[in-house]
Amino acid sequence: MDLEIFGLFMYGISLLTMTGIYAVSCLGLNVQWGFTGLFNAGIAGFFAVGAYTSAILTTPEHAGHFGGFGLPVPVGMAASMITAGIIAYAVAKICLRLRSDYLAIATLGIAEILRLILKNEQWLTGGSLGISHIPRPFDGRGQPWSELGFLAVVVVIVLAIYWLIERGLKAPWGRVMRAIRENETAAEAAGKNVERYRLEAFVFGAMFMGLGGALSAHAFKFISPEAFEPLLVTFLVWVMLIIGGSGNNKGAILGAFIVWTIWSMTELFTGFLPSDWAIRASYIRVFLIGLILQLVLQFYAKGLIPEKPPVIPGKNGGEKAGGD
Amino acid sequence: MIVVDHVSKHFGGIKAVNDCSITVETGSITGVIGPNGAGKTTLFNIIAGVYKPDSGKVLLDGVDVTGKKPHELFALGLLRTFQIAHEFSNMTVLENLMVVPPEQSGEHLVSSWLRWGRVQGEERRVRERAEEVLDSLRLGHLTFELAGNLSGGQKKLLELGRTMMTDAKVVLLDELGAGVNRTLLGELASDIERLNRDHGYTFCVIEHDMDLIGRLCDPVIVMAEGSVLMQGTMDEIKKNDDVIEAYLGGGVLKKKQPSATDATGAHPA
Ligand SMILES: Nc1ncnc2c1ncn2[C@@H]1O[C@H](COP(=O)(O)OP(=O)(O)OP(=O)(O)O)[C@@H](O)[C@H]1O
Ligand SMILES: [Mg+2]
Repeated sequence: MDLEIFGLFMYGISLLTMTGIYAVSCLGLNVQWGFTGLFNAGIAGFFAVGAYTSAILTTPEHAGHFGGFGLPVPVGMAASMITAGIIAYAVAKICLRLRSDYLAIATLGIAEILRLILKNEQWLTGGSLGISHIPRPFDGRGQPWSELGFLAVVVVIVLAIYWLIERGLKAPWGRVMRAIRENETAAEAAGKNVERYRLEAFVFGAMFMGLGGALSAHAFKFISPEAFEPLLVTFLVWVMLIIGGSGNNKGAILGAFIVWTIWSMTELFTGFLPSDWAIRASYIRVFLIGLILQLVLQFYAKGLIPEKPPVIPGKNGGEKAGGD
Repeated sequence: MIVVDHVSKHFGGIKAVNDCSITVETGSITGVIGPNGAGKTTLFNIIAGVYKPDSGKVLLDGVDVTGKKPHELFALGLLRTFQIAHEFSNMTVLENLMVVPPEQSGEHLVSSWLRWGRVQGEERRVRERAEEVLDSLRLGHLTFELAGNLSGGQKKLLELGRTMMTDAKVVLLDELGAGVNRTLLGELASDIERLNRDHGYTFCVIEHDMDLIGRLCDPVIVMAEGSVLMQGTMDEIKKNDDVIEAYLGGGVLKKKQPSATDATGAHPA
């Protein structure tokens, strides 16, 4: 009995940890899409780049891949944001002038290129064998302390990012981003350097996708190209944001929690299926997620926690705001 | 002063603007009229940097600004409204105006993190100005409404409001009057005159409403088929046969007498 409760407890910890990891990327997508209207269909690419960067920098030296350099985990995480940011900058320079539907196609293609590089450049990434022995903070303290410790790291990171992004959103910065999303031509006519702002949003958002990837690498202690299938990352993160409430940071976090919980429960559920059904499990899971997305959008067209115009300081608040 | 010097712009086979030259003198309220499709909006878009002309130059106060981006022209004091309202739909009316003022320190992420107090202080001042503008446009009761929910005419007012959120040198108004009720339009005309007289704003105004043009504008430029047909005072234009011809039969201009009530009167449109 006790063992069962303990197992449930550990499951809860892992659920929350994964929620946090996805929330980090989802907040990144919220900056890009929710605030600024940039359709990034290549989340998996930035996620993977972050994961590999941190893995290569923090693992002990290994003949199977480049490095490792045995650096502390925080260094790896910081570097994952920087690499993802640099790649986003290059992508943005080429693609951001494209109309949004073309941007989606371009980012999708770039993510695929990145995935193929990770898979085929064995000297760098270990190819399909991946990278193992990735250190995890607080590891080796025994269950459940090691898991709890890592969860605490993830929670602190989510809260910090939430604060940074929420501040930006409530400031004139967020207002300009939303204006660009609503009407690029008018934002430009209002004196805003649209190109610069879009670049900023794209790079800033991608850095968090990279960080999410790094966290996942440390969580699993092992990565391989399979972990970065577009379905597992890009699709899920998008559904999280849409269900939670695009443009709302609390919504992004809530969406990450709900979608990840369902996703992981369906894994348990499909585990009980007879073996010839188990092959079908993966697309049944995706179908279920799609169904839930449909259901939620039926009742909450703008997501569970819709975007709300921020309160602007002045005589009589902005409480009446919202409504549609 | 804006000088448009032999500018042309075509879209596929259509010569929207064809070797067009106009001058908008500093301190004037210059009118631009012409039949539908004459190229008026395209000319505005060229001046405001939305389109790059195929040939010709645009000068702002003697400086060549051809091909500059809209936001660069904004920084030089050139503001414009859109014929079809370009509101920020999912933002409040208040926010729509508060976007405009340049150099808000909160537009930089780092300031929003480290200088929140200062950002908030600026927000209060920008909001005050926005509320004044909204009151003058009779939109005060819609301050917290989402701009997408406004009526067509109200959106046009919001367009004008944006140009009043910062100190402009030149303002281009593209059919501001279309969809705005006549009484309010008369008041707006007074606002435009006031901004022109007291603050030295230069205006260039596209309108189909001849009464409004007659009241506000001197000179008036008539465009047809991408070029300037003539330029003069409203009275001169009304007498010109070419202009009447350009308006296909010319009923519009001939029948209406110059009326004393102008745009403020309750004409049957
Ligand atoms: N982006 C565009 N692409 C293709 N054709 C265009 C474009 N913009 C304008 N045109 C064409 O150029 C011509 C001039 O259009 P423009 O909008 O400048 O006329 P206008 O004088 O403003 O007319 P109105 O009084 O109806 O607003 C029209 O024939 C129009 O179809
Ligand atoms: Mg027009």
